[in-house]
Amino acid sequence: MELVVDNLAVARGGLTVLEGVSFSLAPGAALILRGPNGVGKTTLLRTLAGLQPAVAGTVSVPPESLTYAAHADGLKAVLTVEENLQFWAAIHGVGGVAQAMAQMNLTDLRARRAANLSAGQKRRLGLARLLVTGRPVWVLDEPTVSLDVASVALFAGVVRAHLAAGGMALIATHIDMGLAEAAVLDLGPYKAKAPVAPGGFDEAFT
Amino acid sequence: MTALLIRDLRLAFRAGGGFGLGLAFFLLLAVLVPLGVGPEGATLARIAPGILWVGALLACLLSLDRIFALDFEDGSLDLLATSPIPLEGVVAIKALAHWLVTGLPLTLAAPVLGVLLNLPEPAYLWLVASLAVGTPALSVIGAFGAALTVGIKRGGLLLSLLVLPLYVPTLIFGAEVVKRGATGAGVSVPLLLLAGITAGAVALLPFAAAAALRVNLR
Repeated sequence: MELVVDNLAVARGGLTVLEGVSFSLAPGAALILRGPNGVGKTTLLRTLAGLQPAVAGTVSVPPESLTYAAHADGLKAVLTVEENLQFWAAIHGVGGVAQAMAQMNLTDLRARRAANLSAGQKRRLGLARLLVTGRPVWVLDEPTVSLDVASVALFAGVVRAHLAAGGMALIATHIDMGLAEAAVLDLGPYKAKAPVAPGGFDEAFT
Repeated sequence: MTALLIRDLRLAFRAGGGFGLGLAFFLLLAVLVPLGVGPEGATLARIAPGILWVGALLACLLSLDRIFALDFEDGSLDLLATSPIPLEGVVAIKALAHWLVTGLPLTLAAPVLGVLLNLPEPAYLWLVASLAVGTPALSVIGAFGAALTVGIKRGGLLLSLLVLPLYVPTLIFGAEVVKRGATGAGVSVPLLLLAGITAGAVALLPFAAAAALRVNLR
């Protein structure tokens, strides 16, 4: 059970943004991805999650072990907090909805419709979904957006508990989540070289 | 998979879910056509099979763009694509949910609306039978069109243009069943062809739709 990324190149909109990315993640370990806006963090995470093909290189991970949390939380506004979580728990065939709500401090909001949650509460609900997937590898894209300081600390505790149970986490974030034990990978050096048009740039003007 | 079906049905029946939209459209059409055409019973009886089938088809079309667009916008589709359910299964379940919310109510309401259009008495059984056999094809073909256009903002127009030609065989054979039923002629040939279209669409199009979704999620 290990996530190994070898010499991976990923593209967004047909343009290679990152190349030569290699790292591995062992059970109980977390890796924080850093890099300026537009460097390709989301593209890399979507490729790892299997939502888009890699340009080159390999991702080796046991099947059905990844779960992805993106900018959008995948919540249905007309369903309650509990119904949203129950749906994802049923999809993944695991339980633990009550425990997930307790861990993300959502128990008091269980009967409230997602439409009436604040942005931070929605985010907490989106992150609580990770707990009902039963998947060991968490791939998180900016998980702390719109969370207050207390909620960031709460979520860092949830991630730490997940790691302690043998899980793994791959987190793209700009802020310090307080996960001192996590390794940090700066994606800047992996930025793809600007492609040179065959025949040079003058071709378009001749 | 049952969880996805239950969620989709629950979303459809809650406020703003779109249940009843197709049915209301079908009802309006069946009420307005006799007013526009005039009260001659013979004329109405002649056009009733075609009107009822065209109405059912357009009513199905009305809610197609919701099949995947809503899940795409709120990110659920990405999460479903990484879930243990194969994307082909997601498509099949969503098409089934669309049929249960649109095709099935249309089928059940059609005999009542047939009265408004002076549909000849022997045709009622065949109207219900042809809609029951044909509307699943409309939902599955529609799900395929919705999968092709899922990433496009306001893709409803493109979706309609893509899907309408694919609906034509279903419409022709479906209306033919009712027409023949009305005159007492044998209906087995068009009914079997209609069933063939449905069986083929249900068997093949979830795979095509899943492939289209994978491309659109990139």
